[in-house]
Amino acid sequence: MRKFGYKTRSMAVTGKKLLEVEQLEVVFETRDGEVKAVNKLDFSMQSGETLAIVGESGSGKSQTALAIMKLLAANGEARGAARFYGRNLLEMTATEINEVRGEHIAMIFQDPTSSLNPYMTIEEQMLEVLMRHRKMSRKDARLRVLEMLTQVDIPDPQRRIRQYPHEYSGGMQQRVLIAMGLLCQPELLIADEPTTALDVTVQDQIKRLMRELKEKFNTSILLITHDLGVVAGLADKVLVMYAGQLVESAPVDEIFYRPRHPYTAALLKAVPRLDQVGDYDMHPIPGNPPNLLNLPKGCPFRNRCEMAFDACKQMPQVREVVPGHRLRCFLDGDALK
Amino acid sequence: MLNYSLRRLAWAFPTLLLLITVAFFMIRVAPGGPFDSEKNLPPEIQQNLNAKYHLDEPLVQQYFRYLGQILRFDFGPSFQYRDWTVNQLIARGFPVSLSIGALAMLLSFTLGVGIGTMAALRQNNVLDHGLMGFAMLGISIPNFVIAPLLILVISVYWGWLPSGGWEWNWRNMVLPVITLAMPITAYIARLMRGSMIEVLHSDFIRTARAKGLSEFTVIRRHAMKPALLPVISFMGPALAGLITGSVVIEKIFAIPGIGSFFVQGAMNRDYTLVMGVVIFYGALIILFNFLVDLIYAWLNPRIHYK
Amino acid sequence: MNRSKQQSAGLDAGSRGATGKDAFAQALDVPQVAGRSLWEDARHRLLKNRAAVFSLGLLLLILVIVTVGPWLIPWDADYTDWDNIYSPPSIASGHYFGTDAVGRDLFVRTLQGGRISLLVGFVATIVSLLIGVTYGAIAGFFGGRVDQVMMRIVDIFYAMPFMFFVILLMVVFGRNIILVFIAIGAINWLDMARIVRGQTLSLKRTEYVEAAVACGATPWQIIVRHILPNLMGVVIVYITLTIPQVILVESFLSFLGLGVQEPMTSWGALVNDGAQDMESAPWMLIFPAVFLSITLYCLNYVGDGLRDALDPRDRI
Repeated sequence: MRKFGYKTRSMAVTGKKLLEVEQLEVVFETRDGEVKAVNKLDFSMQSGETLAIVGESGSGKSQTALAIMKLLAANGEARGAARFYGRNLLEMTATEINEVRGEHIAMIFQDPTSSLNPYMTIEEQMLEVLMRHRKMSRKDARLRVLEMLTQVDIPDPQRRIRQYPHEYSGGMQQRVLIAMGLLCQPELLIADEPTTALDVTVQDQIKRLMRELKEKFNTSILLITHDLGVVAGLADKVLVMYAGQLVESAPVDEIFYRPRHPYTAALLKAVPRLDQVGDYDMHPIPGNPPNLLNLPKGCPFRNRCEMAFDACKQMPQVREVVPGHRLRCFLDGDALK
Repeated sequence: MLNYSLRRLAWAFPTLLLLITVAFFMIRVAPGGPFDSEKNLPPEIQQNLNAKYHLDEPLVQQYFRYLGQILRFDFGPSFQYRDWTVNQLIARGFPVSLSIGALAMLLSFTLGVGIGTMAALRQNNVLDHGLMGFAMLGISIPNFVIAPLLILVISVYWGWLPSGGWEWNWRNMVLPVITLAMPITAYIARLMRGSMIEVLHSDFIRTARAKGLSEFTVIRRHAMKPALLPVISFMGPALAGLITGSVVIEKIFAIPGIGSFFVQGAMNRDYTLVMGVVIFYGALIILFNFLVDLIYAWLNPRIHYK
Repeated sequence: MNRSKQQSAGLDAGSRGATGKDAFAQALDVPQVAGRSLWEDARHRLLKNRAAVFSLGLLLLILVIVTVGPWLIPWDADYTDWDNIYSPPSIASGHYFGTDAVGRDLFVRTLQGGRISLLVGFVATIVSLLIGVTYGAIAGFFGGRVDQVMMRIVDIFYAMPFMFFVILLMVVFGRNIILVFIAIGAINWLDMARIVRGQTLSLKRTEYVEAAVACGATPWQIIVRHILPNLMGVVIVYITLTIPQVILVESFLSFLGLGVQEPMTSWGALVNDGAQDMESAPWMLIFPAVFLSITLYCLNYVGDGLRDALDPRDRI
């Protein structure tokens, strides 16, 4: 049963990939029909690596994360495979996945205020993770929690630990959630829009904190975000999603300096940049993402794409343009420059 | 927390005063006095009786006299049961009403919370639809319909339990308690189901699941308390419902509780008795509401840490 | 304060989405289109709820029988059939539901009682609606001190043992059907007032109301033109859920012998009669009890269905 128990933690040496997602599909049954939120998605992560999945809201990035954790809403279903050190998470029973959650894969969410239980003290909410997975005594667990809270820069944790979430600011709540996720030193931390709900100044603190912790604990992070600023400082690889599909995936530098998909390029142009003072232009992407209920045939981005041509009425396949750089576009991106 | 409690308590007094005032004046403007039914009384005796009960004084004076009495917890003599004071009648009836009411309250709370939770966990399942269908029955069928039917089947046809009367004996309590508890159970079950479903959809439950806690632990540790809050708030109205129901139940099962006295008193224009019961139950509801507020605040950190 | 919020949370939530959508539509100045699609959507959802549709059908059937029935049956409600006293239901004698202690046909009596019960239900609900909507809209619209005082009063009223007051009223002023209407209507307005107040408070904060205020509309114009139309959803749900409550209260009073008086009757009064003779004449209990229960059951189901239909929370 406890194949993922902490005694067998050093699974990284087995040589298997940390996470391998194959042909992942997430489908929601709604009153108006089936909605395919994620469509045939493939990607993989090496141990210690940080992958950022980037896209607009509704692109399926959050559903990808939830599918991996088996936390989809009741009307959602995940198909395909998501292998964690070789074992398919999607096929696990409730007991098996609960051994993985919190211990090997932790997750932090977008809105820290609603993600903490308002009726329990911070202490109770943190202790239960260690008591559940490490069978620690209350006393030992408490020491570990205090240590962890210090790591995420919560001042006066001895006192703070007895407080309720509403007594914390939003940024502190997110720190608590990060600390909570790292308590068992998971191999993978899934962070779903960890900075979106926060004030800009606080966003920076959280970004810095995550960078520090990543170095310190050597945790792999699957970062779900639409904020390319977060990606730049944190990610090793970037995967861009559009309408439930991969459109481009490459090492972070390639994405930033040599984007090949028109959508990626448009995303980059849409980011306001402080280093270009003066007559810089921000270019929002015209139009809206397509309705997932009835996707048009062909490339889903073609209505908003400046470079679309006849061939785009057919769906382009994903191809590897250069090693490590996958692209779903008939063009190879040279025209973008 | 102390501050909050005192503030809530402070509100109980104007409420109680209003209750007493309305009851007092409503009764006094009523046409017909308590001794009208005894037609053969000579006028001088009638006058003496009125004087004895201060019915000849100006209304305002009577009102303040009555307030003074109430402050000493004295509801005065009963007009109808000549040898009894209202206090004695209440003291006699209350233990009976209380035991049935408390049992019914306990039963409906545990059963309602249990059924509601089960239905929520099996949302839109056969079990859920079945349980909620039953709950709807419990709400829709008045207890004065259920009680006679139960008596007809269980007592008259099968002869398992007594059809009424009162002794301190569980056999006499089963049917009254069940009929009294039924609608409240149904309400609580529906309330609990709704709030549990809502809580289970909240973000912090997703966090709890992401920690690897078992579904049972998630519900027990994380979902139960917030889901119970609406049920706790309902306990005040639930008590009022129970008391109202007890009037009917005590009549049907011939139970000598306060409800029976009240109905008798109302029919006979027994002013002091009726007012005594209204004020007594009113005070009970107010007190209970106060306790419910305290429990609610205690369960909800966002209130008690203010 | 917090308790009151919780209590009305269900219904508040029920139309939060609805009014939100309306507000959006009005802000875009396309009220008709969005309004229609909202109601159409609600109707669609209601029709998909089989329990509610079935209940609605059954209710209409009962309504028709109760209204038309007494004219079609050969017996008068107060006619005594001396040959058939306490007679059980029988096709041969023409008394399909049997007769009572004085030989009156129970079928006619049951329908007659239904007329009164339903009438009380509708009229008293309207009374409570008028009081509740006015009170709640005023409190919610003016807000601040006015709202605080008004809601405090509601809180105080909530703590009263109302049924006892109604009983007192009946005793004091005699057993009079008009009084039953008023008494029941007057105690049921509290819920409505709370719900309407909550709705009004949130509507007041919407852009289109703020725009109307900025354009110099008077409070009265805003309440009538903008607030009340948007309360329709809650009000409809509330009405369907209040009618059964009112019927229940009336039958409760009648059961205690305090409601309608002979020769008039209601379902509650009939159940009371039936309960007294149930050992020898169980049909006297069962028929009115079944009619009463089915009506209440259906009303509650329709109310529930309407609330679900108008509540877009679980629409994805």
